Amino acid sequence: MSILVEVALARGDFTLDVSIATENRVIALFGPSGAGKTSILDIVAGLSRAARGRVVIDGAVLQDTASGIFVPPHRRGIGYVFQEGRLFPHLSVRRNLLYGAWLRRRQRQLATLDEVTDLLAIGHLVGRDVKRLSGGEKQRVAIGRALLSAPRMLLLDEPLAALDDARKKETLPYIERLRDAFALPMIYVSHNRAEVERIATEIVHVAKGRIVRPPTK
Amino acid sequence: MLSQEEWTAVLLSLRVALCATLFGLPPAMGAAYVLARFRFPGRALLNTLVVLPLVLPPVVTGYLLLVLFGRRGPIGHALESCCGIVFSFRWTGAALASGIMAFPLVVRAIRLSIEAVDRRLEAAAATLGANPVVAFGTVTLPLALPGVIAGAVLGFAKALGEFGATITFVSNIPGQTQTLPLALYAYTQVPGGDAPTLRLTIVSVLLAVGAVAVSEWLIARLTIGDRQP
Repeated sequence: MSILVEVALARGDFTLDVSIATENRVIALFGPSGAGKTSILDIVAGLSRAARGRVVIDGAVLQDTASGIFVPPHRRGIGYVFQEGRLFPHLSVRRNLLYGAWLRRRQRQLATLDEVTDLLAIGHLVGRDVKRLSGGEKQRVAIGRALLSAPRMLLLDEPLAALDDARKKETLPYIERLRDAFALPMIYVSHNRAEVERIATEIVHVAKGRIVRPPTK
Repeated sequence: MLSQEEWTAVLLSLRVALCATLFGLPPAMGAAYVLARFRFPGRALLNTLVVLPLVLPPVVTGYLLLVLFGRRGPIGHALESCCGIVFSFRWTGAALASGIMAFPLVVRAIRLSIEAVDRRLEAAAATLGANPVVAFGTVTLPLALPGVIAGAVLGFAKALGEFGATITFVSNIPGQTQTLPLALYAYTQVPGGDAPTLRLTIVSVLLAVGAVAVSEWLIARLTIGDRQP
């Protein structure tokens, strides 16, 4: 397992210039909002382009500006769980979950629908309309949808931020189960210290678009 | 009831408007998508070309069609010699003229509905493995569908009533290019045409009201459950 993200970009007043290289499987990006954490995830997923730099996951070069490589997001196989879920409002829970699996129906699957719904305890939601889900249920379905696309890596962007404390407490164990059940590299973004300490083996501190040393306690 | 000649005009109008809508819809969706989602050099030019039929005098559009798509026009000649398609003085020409006149309205309705679709959902589809075409077909289009239908119905109604470009391009030949508005116009020009004029007016109003009612019904059906509570 290796994650290499060495990227820079400028957007108006905001500049991002970070270098992350690790052999750890589960890392967290930790820092205040506006620090550039989501920008880093978007670059890894290919949703935005770094002006210069490299993204290499497990030896697969996803972007390298020096040699002009840019793999478009739909060929990266990177599962992305967004802060606000982004479930497809016109599809049922089942069809949301199976969206990625349906697109790659002739290729390897990481897990079956049953395994994923068992892991995340969303089996009873499968027949439902996405608009009838609570915040915590939505995020679990979003995680399931990402898993069923058989990604090589998972990005989780503050998946609990939109939830109240009770729902957070209820949802966090599912993320731990997810981490332990699949040997997937993960980047977990949060501004909550307790959360990142529970989830990640390595914590990368981000502030104002730079990697910073952890402040001494 | 309607006379044989009036029926012919009404049915021809329906056929012309239906063809104009069906053949106009795919390019309208393409133009709407490109204008809604991309910034590129030449975008302003494309936008101008799309709205041109709306702002040009219809006679000018009709004349330009005659010059380009007539049997001796560059496009008309090429289409006839390669695929045997003839537009001039045929009902197909009436369909082309009304399709082009309706195009700006259709593009506008579809474009607004595509712009209202959250781009972040398209990004989510991409991370799940959907290439841009698949993401458009499975996410953008279904979410924009009410607007697409509204645009199609609007275009159909506009094509049904098109007059200036059609009469300039394909003339007013009963049974061939004489659509409902052209027949109506012809009746107003002859003595004793009051009764057929009135009948065709009533038919026009009924068709227009029917088109609006159908589109409202379809939109209501398709939007149920698609809105956030």
